[in-house]
Amino acid sequence: MIEIRIEAVYAPSEDVVARLIEGEMLIVPLTAGIGDLENELYTLNDSGRMIWQLLDGQRSLAAIARSLAEEYEAAPGEIEQDVLGLVEELVKRSMLVEVSAG
Amino acid sequence: MDQGYVVKRNVSIQPLWGEKQSPLTSLDLELTERCNNACQHCYINQPEYDSQAQTSELTTVEWQDVLRQAAELGALSVRFTGGEPLLRDDFAELYLFARRLGLRVLLFTNARRVTPELAGLFERIPPLEKIEITVYGMRPESYDAAACAPGAFAEFRRGVDLLLEHNVPFIVKGAFLPPYHGEMEQFEAWAATLPWMDKPPGYVTLFDLRGRRDSAARNLLIKRLRLSPEQALEIQKRQGAHFIEEMQQFCARFTRPAGDQLFTCGAGKGGCVDAYGRYQPCMLLRTPELAYDLHSGSLRKALQDFFPHLREIKASNPDYLERCARCFLHGLCEQCPAKSWSEHGTLDTPVEYLCQVAHAQARFLGLLAEGERAWEVVDWQERIRIFQQGGKGE
Repeated sequence: MIEIRIEAVYAPSEDVVARLIEGEMLIVPLTAGIGDLENELYTLNDSGRMIWQLLDGQRSLAAIARSLAEEYEAAPGEIEQDVLGLVEELVKRSMLVEVSAG
Repeated sequence: MDQGYVVKRNVSIQPLWGEKQSPLTSLDLELTERCNNACQHCYINQPEYDSQAQTSELTTVEWQDVLRQAAELGALSVRFTGGEPLLRDDFAELYLFARRLGLRVLLFTNARRVTPELAGLFERIPPLEKIEITVYGMRPESYDAAACAPGAFAEFRRGVDLLLEHNVPFIVKGAFLPPYHGEMEQFEAWAATLPWMDKPPGYVTLFDLRGRRDSAARNLLIKRLRLSPEQALEIQKRQGAHFIEEMQQFCARFTRPAGDQLFTCGAGKGGCVDAYGRYQPCMLLRTPELAYDLHSGSLRKALQDFFPHLREIKASNPDYLERCARCFLHGLCEQCPAKSWSEHGTLDTPVEYLCQVAHAQARFLGLLAEGERAWEVVDWQERIRIFQQGGKGE
């Protein structure tokens, strides 16, 4: 079980390449071990795409959740759950790395 | 448990955008026409050390620009081919550049120039497509003779061993000249031991004439090396049930009369950039007036403004209109503007050899009876339906 802290800062791993094509966010494995089958790519759903674009290695997950909650006038708790859920999935797949200390 | 924010997609069976397509999904890059094999049957090869060809090739920066444009247009993959693409000194640089743009890379090679460094690179940064290696013989004597290159077989085997050692996925296909057909069994047995071969290997059976129409003497030689339609069919039959199944699926989807429209294929939707920066509608079609010069334009402009006009080109050759335009084997037959051009210098001249090959195949598949001419068949839809449902004459 990976523990994701809402105060932590994350950035896309250098082991993947993210591409936005025709409105779809694709995560293409760059190094071995991320995706091991030819013809397989990863796409993000709508929530995932919006969150990914804010994962810049500067802002904490909490700041990202606040920013999205303001933009979409949504309940901060709900957005936080989406952010934590996405980050957990991406970290498990080695597509995202924590850059904050500790 | 994952919440489905990230979805794994197999893009070969699940297209990403449904009906909404990006302007480009894949692109062929013919990095060089030079090859370290000098196969007499090859439609394109130039000598390995041809300095004129080498100096005319796109530079590293120019290829990088093409790759960047392809990625910006939404391409998911590129094919690096040639000639022998590994002859480019900047191959690793171009490969890395493509992969860092998020492109998958399909590499066509003879594997002779695979080095420990290159195999290690493919291991660390996988191409995400199985490398495809063409094999010309299973013994040094036969391979080297077919490739007209002493020592070639040893280099090919060393390259293959390096890929195996580094666990880099690849498949093999055969291009055997008639004197070496006896080695096919050994080739197939070896191929079956490779971990990534999920079916028997395919073969290049119909040697194309020179794509640039650059040598009448070479064309004569290629014609002499060609198999008879029956011999070509025998090689295809080596794939057993796979061949029949593929033909059933293929015929159901693609086989029907095309009328007088010449370009009914995918030409101009993906296309191929040749070694010198000319963007061709497909890898084979080298008619100069149908290629777009990227030195004075872009991939996007070619796709938007130049290639769509191909769909308006109609056949006018009476022989073509009488036969090919009405023939339900269109699709199964390899007749196309590119083959017509390399054989005859026009886009709409029937290629007799391909017609004979298609008729031999169709007879074997039960789509034609002995003596029938496919363009005269009226009940072709019914014949394809029966074939698709499993009926096949042998």
